[in-house]
Amino acid sequence: MIDFLNSIIVLLNFIIIPGISYGSQLALGALGVTFVYAILRFANFAHGEIMSFGAMITILLTWLFQSQNIGLGILPTALLALPIGIIATIILCIISDKFVFQYYRYQKSVPVVLAMVSIGVMFVINAIIRIIIGTETIKFSDGQKFIMKAKQFKVMTGLNEGLAIKSSQVITILITVLLLTFTFWFLQKTKTGKSMRAFSDNEDLALLSGINPDRVVFTTWIIVGVLACVAGTLYGLDKSYKPIIYLNLVLPIFASAIVGGIGSPFGAVVGGYVIAFSEIMVTYAYKKFFVYLLPSSMEPTGLVQLLSTDYKFAVSFSILVIVLLIRPSGIFKGRVL
Amino acid sequence: MMKFERYEWVAITIMISLFFFVGFIQGWSVSLVILNMCIISAIMTMGVNISWGYAGVINFGVMGFLAMGGLAAVLVSYPPITESWQAGGRGLGISFALLVVLVIAVMYINKTIIQKRNRYILNSLIIFFGILIIRHFYLNATHNIEDVNPAIAGFLGGLGLPIIFSWIVGGFFAAGVAFVIGKVALGLRSDYLAIVTLGISEIVVSVLKHEEWLSRGVKNVIGLKRPVPYEINLQNTDWFIELVTYLNASKLNNIIDVSERQQVLNNLIIDASGIFVKLSYAILFLIVMFIIFYFANKAQLSPWGRMMRAIRDNETAANAMGKDVVKQHLIIFVIGAAIVGVAGAMLVTLDGLFTPSGYRPLRFTFIIWIMVIVGGSGNNLGAIFGGFVIWFSWIEAAPLTTFIINHLTIGLEPDNALKLHLLDSVPYFRYLLMGLILLLILRYRPKGIIPEKVRHS
Repeated sequence: MIDFLNSIIVLLNFIIIPGISYGSQLALGALGVTFVYAILRFANFAHGEIMSFGAMITILLTWLFQSQNIGLGILPTALLALPIGIIATIILCIISDKFVFQYYRYQKSVPVVLAMVSIGVMFVINAIIRIIIGTETIKFSDGQKFIMKAKQFKVMTGLNEGLAIKSSQVITILITVLLLTFTFWFLQKTKTGKSMRAFSDNEDLALLSGINPDRVVFTTWIIVGVLACVAGTLYGLDKSYKPIIYLNLVLPIFASAIVGGIGSPFGAVVGGYVIAFSEIMVTYAYKKFFVYLLPSSMEPTGLVQLLSTDYKFAVSFSILVIVLLIRPSGIFKGRVL
Repeated sequence: MMKFERYEWVAITIMISLFFFVGFIQGWSVSLVILNMCIISAIMTMGVNISWGYAGVINFGVMGFLAMGGLAAVLVSYPPITESWQAGGRGLGISFALLVVLVIAVMYINKTIIQKRNRYILNSLIIFFGILIIRHFYLNATHNIEDVNPAIAGFLGGLGLPIIFSWIVGGFFAAGVAFVIGKVALGLRSDYLAIVTLGISEIVVSVLKHEEWLSRGVKNVIGLKRPVPYEINLQNTDWFIELVTYLNASKLNNIIDVSERQQVLNNLIIDASGIFVKLSYAILFLIVMFIIFYFANKAQLSPWGRMMRAIRDNETAANAMGKDVVKQHLIIFVIGAAIVGVAGAMLVTLDGLFTPSGYRPLRFTFIIWIMVIVGGSGNNLGAIFGGFVIWFSWIEAAPLTTFIINHLTIGLEPDNALKLHLLDSVPYFRYLLMGLILLLILRYRPKGIIPEKVRHS
């Protein structure tokens, strides 16, 4: 019985909790990509950089607050800076729309052209970030680091295995739940949300019934800005902030959005968790887990690892390819908000 | 043969004069280094342009195909390491043979068993246990190989042939990978295809990074043999010394002191040997570039090229006329990738080393795409022009920004924090430049600087 509990704790500690927090970050990112895809109808390659930009502003403000000795006690100061970061990100989104994307929308350009344009935007934002903050790795989480330390847990329960819960993980999960609830409530219940869904479903019909497209697009960018900034900041808070990571993060985010069914917000969230869990589960070495479960005569000799952690990145794409082959429209049939 | 319009001659003149300009300002060595990379970039750009410009098939996997070309360069030119073969060759052979058996078994099952559920169950069982068995042999073998002299070897090595053969082999490697990707992904809509090819290229690179028995992974392969002479050998060759003496005769004759004259001559020889090597590379690369350019143009003007344009402009109509769109898409995707693979092998040849971790999408996929868009998709001269101009501005962005920043901040103190910060971030301004160029071109000249010629026939 004790062995069984120990093995469960191993799973919780190394797979489930990291999986949920990484999955939440991917889900928020994928939700942003999906919104752009459903309303503006293009694959936004700049999304990772928008996330990075939001995180950067938050970091700069965190530093400012820290120098003024303003803080939140046990909570990270970054949470205090986050709202301003969100506003800055929204402004960035709206500026990029006004000066860049709007033109092509009015021209009714094909999606590929818009994707190319978003690559241009990606380069520009990328450069701005690097010019402002450099390329160094930045750790900006402060306050209480752990909610529960592995040792504490061992003492408390008397088990062999410890369970460590970082406060950034809990914050990530809480904020994600809040934000997702709000987004879905907004889409289902408010008039603006309904008009967005209508616009995404059938643009011509929506225009015909008097929905103002500019307003819909404006709201979309606000939502995208909020989601991107929160996702970027949470990722930076949980791991650490490094500009180059966000470019690499774009690919798992796209994978999540497509796996879930691009254009479907619920699918994007599910896709985020699917990708996160498969990345972690496929590359985790299960030796410890089996040591507890199996009798000592059957103990595994190897690491019991499906793929080495080097391939973490490749896993999300393999899943993407498999899903596209078997069910091209994603787990939840996409295309509509 | 094709004729150039006047604006095309202007473009060609600009390209050539840029290098003379750099040659006179920053020295011929710098100019030739940039020229060599420009030629390689132009070849990559032509590869992407063939699939995107001719047929509208998007290829964001440039990085992966380049890496395959680079792998070809290693496998062709590196001397074989017999110890590694002895240590793990048999195990690898067994696992490879088992893999073939597995594939045949799966194909056989697919053919003979009709009931769908049984087929799935049997297939997954066979694949699962097959992979378990193969893994056993494979991991043992690779482990043994990687243990052989890890500091200098630790991989299988290559064939020890002249590296120039790898340019063709690299094309075939990339084509092989492209065939698999194309089979899997080409049915997708273009923006999905972009994401999928980008993702698969990441997988290719991560395999090269981590399969150390094959490519030495992150430990890199250095010291690949060159197709051109080494500087140090040139400096001791009689005809080369005579050539340098002859070329600089007037300068040398003015110096009367013998020892000083020898000193000057030695310096000249060292300089000249570097330039000679780079020039030989440039000539080799130019030959490849012209061959590809010639055939690409021929193909574009042929009935096949016309069919490709028809498919690009209206897939449904082309399909209705009896053209096999899926097959043609696959063909052109593979051809484009093969050309990129050739460029990848040339890139490794030029560097003399293979660094899998150096393949990053920003540098090797997105920049190439900017070259295609800026140059003009559907026009081979445009592709070359894009490759030259973008690579040139990518390199020259840093000196230019330093110059501009120094001028703008001329009123500030030399130790002003803002000025120092800006000067520190000079390397990042090139990304800004690239982004702005791409956005401006897409906005004001969406067909590129040298657009595709509309042909009526």
